Amino acid sequence: MEIVVHLSNAVAVLGQFPVLAGASITVERGEILLLQGPNGAGKTSLLRLFAGLLPLARGEGTVLGCDLRTNRQGVRKRVGLLGHANGLYSDLTVRENVRFWGSTIGATDSEVDAAMVRMGLAQRLKDVQVAKLSAGQKRRTALACLIARRAELWLLDEPHAGLDAAGRDELDATLREATVAGATIIVASHELERAGALASRLVEVVGGQIREAQPSPDRGAPSKAAG
Amino acid sequence: MFRVARLIAAKDLRIEVRSRVVTNQVLPFATIVMVMFAFALKTDEVVEKVAPGLVWLATLFSLLILVQRAFAVETADGATEAMRAAGVDPAGIFLGKALALAAQLAVLELLLLILAVVLYSAKLHAGGIVLLVTTLLAATCGLALVGTLYGGLAAGVRGRETLLPLLLLPVVAPVLIGATRATEAALGTSGAVVSDGWPWLGLLGVFVALFSVGGTLAFGPLIEE
Amino acid sequence: MTEIETSAAPASETNIKPPNASPVEVVSRRPSTGTPFTRILGIATLVSMALLVLFGLFLSPEDIVQGESVRILYIHVGTVWVAYVAFGLTALSSLAFLWKRTTSLTWDRIAGASAEVGVLFMALTLFAGAIWGRLSWGKFWVWDARVTTTAFLFITYIGYLAVRGLGGSHQQRGRRSAVVALLAVLEIPLVHFSVKLWRGLHQDGSVSDTTKVKLHDLMLFSLFISLIAFTLLFVWLVIHRQRVLAMQDAMDDKGLDYALEQRRSEAGL
Repeated sequence: MEIVVHLSNAVAVLGQFPVLAGASITVERGEILLLQGPNGAGKTSLLRLFAGLLPLARGEGTVLGCDLRTNRQGVRKRVGLLGHANGLYSDLTVRENVRFWGSTIGATDSEVDAAMVRMGLAQRLKDVQVAKLSAGQKRRTALACLIARRAELWLLDEPHAGLDAAGRDELDATLREATVAGATIIVASHELERAGALASRLVEVVGGQIREAQPSPDRGAPSKAAG
Repeated sequence: MFRVARLIAAKDLRIEVRSRVVTNQVLPFATIVMVMFAFALKTDEVVEKVAPGLVWLATLFSLLILVQRAFAVETADGATEAMRAAGVDPAGIFLGKALALAAQLAVLELLLLILAVVLYSAKLHAGGIVLLVTTLLAATCGLALVGTLYGGLAAGVRGRETLLPLLLLPVVAPVLIGATRATEAALGTSGAVVSDGWPWLGLLGVFVALFSVGGTLAFGPLIEE
Repeated sequence: MTEIETSAAPASETNIKPPNASPVEVVSRRPSTGTPFTRILGIATLVSMALLVLFGLFLSPEDIVQGESVRILYIHVGTVWVAYVAFGLTALSSLAFLWKRTTSLTWDRIAGASAEVGVLFMALTLFAGAIWGRLSWGKFWVWDARVTTTAFLFITYIGYLAVRGLGGSHQQRGRRSAVVALLAVLEIPLVHFSVKLWRGLHQDGSVSDTTKVKLHDLMLFSLFISLIAFTLLFVWLVIHRQRVLAMQDAMDDKGLDYALEQRRSEAGL
């Protein structure tokens, strides 16, 4: 299977603090990978590293064939990141936001509309200003912006947080469809039940490093880590 | 790059139309500044003489606020980071935001000009209109370009509110000098004639040329991590 | 060289050997930033400064018009020369840092050290100039192109140093400051030119005529010594400051290694 992400002893810093302290992982196309771990472990930084935002201080890393040490720009157009913040403009309506973010990669109007339909925004909410939405609705809008990008690699930071049950089901269905269409998905989440059911593989992020958490025949049971 | 610029300029202007921050807050601010100048200066004669300078000073102060606003919109919900993550061409972001900023500045300057006529008894005359309009255009472009450039640098870093004026004001000094002298020539203040103004317009043109190229190249590295 | 060097200088940071002894070797050998080269340089600086004092204060004649106050010229010209050399050095090192072939944090540190020293000398220039102006023609300040541009350069460099202090990784600091420095190269000539054009139209530029001092041979010689002395001082200061910055950066890297250890131990490995 094609390797979409490969990290080898990656070290990344925020200021002088090593958020990632030697992380290694290989992700294949079509996987839905779940990152678990305590707060401060480095999950968000790992996602930002994959998105080509965070520079690599030491070690090696390749995402979608682009070397993270030399070509972070190349990664960005092909990746979709949903971070903690939504990246929305509060004075614009839902439709204007999704359309804007879609246009940044040249999505057509129909793709934009389809994305809004998927997240249940096409009826009542599409002409409502984002400032007037609830937190969950804003999250859904941000997800719609992500869907409209049709990225090859989806990076989601706590996507289920703030969504109601219907929203979560919709999100899960969308993610599964995306992998069928060839995308790869990496999710950081504290919601082990729901995200665990969705994911094809689990890893633990602790102390800026990555450990496989799934028990498998040739490895042992996962070690109980601090936190 | 230009497609992205148009997209972003349209987005910024749409936000402004929707939120009306410039019309409801910045224009009144500029008006107060113009009134305050008159309070601070002693006689009507003095005020009339320095009217062009006051207009451009008020523009500069308002520029600081406009730039802060332009980038506050982006940093409020992590939009700059999202734009970087989306691989949007930074040169396009630069030009687009500069374009939107220029449009807002142009509106501001028109208002200030009207105020100058009303409050400072400045007189417009037909011979100087061409010079006046071209000066406004050139100065607006220059200010918008450097404002966007340094605004991008200062956005999202600590101390941004104080860093921006410190970096920006020295850089816009040539625009202040050039635009004021050209405006004086266009309005005939202090005995200046229209032909005096054209060299200053040349200066403004050089400024715009240098910073449009320089800014396009520099903006990407400045907002990068 | 030794194990200390390899652990204190990760390959990602320094690609070029700086002109003098590598600061890292210096760090590992002794706690100071002095080397034989800078010792000699320092002595040369002291000697030339002594010569300057001798010639400037005692041996050179007083000016016909200005009297003894012309002696400030020897300091003023020296400091303004250094200020502009510092500016040029910062700009050039910033360019060298950004250029893919020669990129190295040493250039970034040279740019920073040069800017710090430059700001100091610009302040001295403005101060000495103000005193001289007051003594010679009664005004602390004059609105001509050279003076105003120097003042602007001063402010611009304070802004540059503020940008250097914004934090982030060393690479980020280097890239951001280098761009700001190069933008300043665009801006400063524009300021100079616009002020020149501005004051050129006004006839009260006659003040600048009195800055023309009739230069006696001995005075010229003293000026020459001044330039040499101040240049030596500048080079000495920048070399030392760059090394101190290199030590700080090396300390940061060591701090990173230590922090990595700590971080890894969070995982209980």
